[in-house]
Amino acid sequence: MIKVLFFARLREQLSTDSLQLTATENMTTAIILQQLAKTDDLWAKVLSADNLLVAVNQEITDWDHIVKTGDEVAFFPPVTGG
Amino acid sequence: MIRVQQNDFNVADEYEKLANDNQDGAVVTFVGKVRDFNEGLGVQGLSLEHYPGMTESVLNDIEKQAREHWPLNHVTIIHRVGDLTLGEQIVFIGVTSPHRKAAFAACEFLIDFLKTKAPFWKQELTTEGSKWLNAKACDDQTSQQWSNKLNIKN
Repeated sequence: MIKVLFFARLREQLSTDSLQLTATENMTTAIILQQLAKTDDLWAKVLSADNLLVAVNQEITDWDHIVKTGDEVAFFPPVTGG
Repeated sequence: MIRVQQNDFNVADEYEKLANDNQDGAVVTFVGKVRDFNEGLGVQGLSLEHYPGMTESVLNDIEKQAREHWPLNHVTIIHRVGDLTLGEQIVFIGVTSPHRKAAFAACEFLIDFLKTKAPFWKQELTTEGSKWLNAKACDDQTSQQWSNKLNIKN
């Protein structure tokens, strides 16, 4: 399984902070996002935000990063701490 | 030292811990606070969310990068999470070094990188309800300038 996390505005808009996915072969971060966007119209809209960031195993990464079983994938908006 | 916590911090205590080494000629500290305005709206407070685990690892990484570029002795980074009211302290950065220029530059680098790399998100409680903050392009530019200057790969 892959653990998927959402933070901040995304978590609030999707009313979800985490879910589990089954890994498939050559599953990239972009593919996960596309799959999740198929959930319904709301998810499609929220996940189409053009400034989304993705982290795999707590490190920022790209949309062509291949995800494996046991990985933790997080989607979130640009950070605003400090 | 990296700390992510709900509780407030005491600047005098943190200063005392930082400034205990006679090899250091310079101590520079920065405190970020909750201010009362943003984008034209009155702000009454804010709520800070973070990504536990990743936050600490990014902050450790930023500290490591600072140490690669300046001769630093002590480094303290404290960031608060949860609900904060107007005027409360949010973040503390403290660095010590034998030399003041290194201490100033490293402190500025640490807060600039923290703002664009560490997974914290602010939600403001305004007169018109709560509102997630948008990241600022100028913060990204500042961070990018450091990366270029110090030859850090993003």
